[in-house]
Amino acid sequence: MSVLLRTKTTMIWLILMVLTVVSWLLGSDHGFGADARVSAGVTILAVAIFKVRLVGLYFMDLRRAPTPLRGVFEGYCVALFVMTIAMFLWG
Amino acid sequence: MTEVASGHDSRACDQTRRIPGEPGLWIFIFGDLVVFAVLFGVFLHARGAGPELFRRSQDTLNRDYGAVNTLVLLLSSMLVVLASRALNSEAYQRLAPRLVLGAIGCGLVFVGVKVVEYHEMINEGLTPAVNSFYMYYFVLTGLHLFHLLLGMGVLTVMFSTARDTPATTAGRRSLFEGGACFWHMVDLLWIVIFPVVFLVRS
Repeated sequence: MSVLLRTKTTMIWLILMVLTVVSWLLGSDHGFGADARVSAGVTILAVAIFKVRLVGLYFMDLRRAPTPLRGVFEGYCVALFVMTIAMFLWG
Repeated sequence: MTEVASGHDSRACDQTRRIPGEPGLWIFIFGDLVVFAVLFGVFLHARGAGPELFRRSQDTLNRDYGAVNTLVLLLSSMLVVLASRALNSEAYQRLAPRLVLGAIGCGLVFVGVKVVEYHEMINEGLTPAVNSFYMYYFVLTGLHLFHLLLGMGVLTVMFSTARDTPATTAGRRSLFEGGACFWHMVDLLWIVIFPVVFLVRS
């Protein structure tokens, strides 16, 4: 079993779990002022898209996919990042 | 000499590049990803039009349920990754069905948490009819839940294939990879839904 676990993907999974908990704490804090809420929101969205990219590249194994398929996925991540952050900031 | 060697390396690298699962599956996966991206945009646009309403409504959601479900789906994805790896290793092949079963168990936990969450909200009168926030909340989470249930059907097929067919064939591996990618998509979508709907504050 340890042979199955001893890979980079396991490390990626641990990073994903930690980032989830960090975002959870960041998003649950009610004590933020308006400015801090905006920075917390941008951080949380950026972390989410970073996590999406990790899931695609390591879990779906797109890092080893032919360049066009990987490119479409990378493009999707960039578009999602720009769209969510812009819509969050300016509606 | 160095150039020749590096040229050879890059060719070897190209040869190992391959599409996970069936190519047609990716049209479906990207189609779904685009539909959800549009829905995120529509949700954030509506939020921009009524930030105060969205803030008050968001505060009635239980963030802990959303976070626990994110962790549960990440665990299920890892179990599916391990199952795929086990299937390709003679020594660990017998573990593959059990690992998929673990992922199905995680899916059931997600559904259980969602049922409790919906039940609590509806009991408090927080239904899609109340305002646009709840309408989008139920549409986004409901559509995701539908994909998750489909994914659990896919995992069940993967489980019986892994259990019943001992030999690894190309077709079996492709079916497994494709099913795994669909399940990871369910995980990936929730990774965005959770922060967009539950976490980011107006």
